[in-house]
Amino acid sequence: MNWELLFQLALNGLIVGALYGVVAMSFVLIYKASQVVNFAQGEFLLIGAWACWWLLTTFQMPFVLAFLVTLAFMTVFGIVLQVVVLRPLIGEPVISVIMVTIGLSIFFQALMKWMFGVFAQPFPRIFEADRVNVAGLEVQTVYLLSLAISVVIMGAFAWFFTVSKHGLAMRATAFDQQVAQSLGISVRQVFAMSWAISAVVSAVAGVVVGVVNGVSSALSFYGIKVFPAVILGGLDSVVGAVLGGLIVGVLENVAHFFDSEVLHWGNMFQIAPFYVLVLILMIKPYGLFGTRNIERV
Amino acid sequence: MAGVAMTPCGDFRESYRADTTIFPTRLSRAFAIAGVALLCLVPLTGDRYLLSLMIQAGYLGIAALGLNVLVGFTGQISIGHAAFFGVGAFSSAWLVEHGIPVALAIPLAGVMTTAVGMVFGLPAARLKGLYLAIATLAAQFIIEDFFARARWFTGGVAGRVTEPFTLFGLRFDSNETYFYVVLFYVVVMFLSAANLMRTRDGRALVAVRDHYLSAEMMGINLTYYRTLSFGLSSFYAGIGGALYAHYLLFVSVEAFNILFSIQFLAMIIIGGLGSVMGSMMGAVFMTVLPEVVQWFADALAGSPIDRALGLGAAVSYLREMTIGAAIVLFLIFEPDGLAHRWRLIKAYWKLYPFSH
Repeated sequence: MNWELLFQLALNGLIVGALYGVVAMSFVLIYKASQVVNFAQGEFLLIGAWACWWLLTTFQMPFVLAFLVTLAFMTVFGIVLQVVVLRPLIGEPVISVIMVTIGLSIFFQALMKWMFGVFAQPFPRIFEADRVNVAGLEVQTVYLLSLAISVVIMGAFAWFFTVSKHGLAMRATAFDQQVAQSLGISVRQVFAMSWAISAVVSAVAGVVVGVVNGVSSALSFYGIKVFPAVILGGLDSVVGAVLGGLIVGVLENVAHFFDSEVLHWGNMFQIAPFYVLVLILMIKPYGLFGTRNIERV
Repeated sequence: MAGVAMTPCGDFRESYRADTTIFPTRLSRAFAIAGVALLCLVPLTGDRYLLSLMIQAGYLGIAALGLNVLVGFTGQISIGHAAFFGVGAFSSAWLVEHGIPVALAIPLAGVMTTAVGMVFGLPAARLKGLYLAIATLAAQFIIEDFFARARWFTGGVAGRVTEPFTLFGLRFDSNETYFYVVLFYVVVMFLSAANLMRTRDGRALVAVRDHYLSAEMMGINLTYYRTLSFGLSSFYAGIGGALYAHYLLFVSVEAFNILFSIQFLAMIIIGGLGSVMGSMMGAVFMTVLPEVVQWFADALAGSPIDRALGLGAAVSYLREMTIGAAIVLFLIFEPDGLAHRWRLIKAYWKLYPFSH
């Protein structure tokens, strides 16, 4: 067994897993605030990354400016999406809402393919691609940077939900919409805000992945990898989302390792999380940290 | 839901039996029979393009009906329907390879798909709503991966070639002849689905959808009926898939991706959730939609719009976009689908000069 490779892959998994965690967090944010399961989460990454890439290559903007414009755009995009598409569906059955987000997902995926093509495009060089030595392993600096950004976003989320007024309003809405409304919280604003934040945070993740691996339609697969992560962690738990993301990231790389070394099945990298997903749904459908749903008539 | 349609005056239903007939009036039954008879004449026109579209709509409609039994009647959801459709297609091709005649392989493929569906349906019995959506999403990826891997079953990346439908020495290998095979299955499957809704089992499924707790209190076994509906939906998907396999005579591993699953969802949303005929309307809509997009792109070819947007090269993306847009727009503006619109049109003509 090639222990060094395993260790390297596990570290990669941790770094990618942190990004999964970020995306999963923004997924959980929407789910908690507005009870919408967003199958179009991956497209947020895709749109954000392409927008930033487009600004950088077409207008030759400095990276920071392009990044900020992208974030502003994603804020507007998230709000518009919520107001135009999701708001008319408030009160509709869960199935309708799920299917609307699926529709959005394939719409935007095809739109992005149409506008930017199917080939992966590298980001213009932004950081010097150095390698540093961490505990005997070669790690690219961009990877470390992405890990740092993930940690910063997670910290920001923690601050937002425990200290800031808007975050508290969001938690109150998630807990009980009617009570929140009677306390003077605008539920509409909270919904719109949750979509805006979710879109922005996903776009950040998308840009980070784009800088590391280039932008391509494969980015939207992050949106699907989110499901094993959130189910593992519990659908309505932010901490669970982060942990779930990390576990899925490590899991797929370790599965890939065992696949290439021992099993030779191929494609375990993509599929292993889904086997785990089915197992969890059978054993513990509410995940590690999710609240058990008690339904009364 | 079918009972909501307006009935002419003088049509008193005096027994449950009269209230649960498939066709509410004698006229509607006559129309249905006449419609099928008319369809039997279509191959005589010899329009191969029209026939191929109708055959497509036929097998897609059967599979969509299966999904509608699951989603529209039972209130479960599946994002992996194309995977089961694929299981049906490969099963049938595999059975034919092992010496079973095609005419027998198609129903057997349905049974095999049911078995596979039950395996994934067992967790489904405990899950609902979004958990089920995610579980079936996982099923989609796992089965798709299985297709790519199981060379003995699917022929691996090369795909599997299969034989045309033969019965009593007749070969149904042209559009004109295969049309009758599909039509036969469409009629049988749609009648049995409509019939299912008249039985205790059918009503139990609807009860599970409307309020599963109340249903359970009334003595309906939730686990049983959820698994049953999953099995039924897989059976329909299997039959549809088998018909697809013996029409194209080649089954490719890549065909049954998640986009195809979403197309099935789109069919039942557009057609109308919980409507037997709606499933067919949705299938027809989804078969015609890509052709319309193609036609639209062709019509615009060479125009300034085409040059600005590059439509010709983007037709496949345009199709995907119209599918996505159709799902979103129908759910927002016409959540009951085409079947509802059709009922409204019928009601309008019933009262024609004096409609309000």
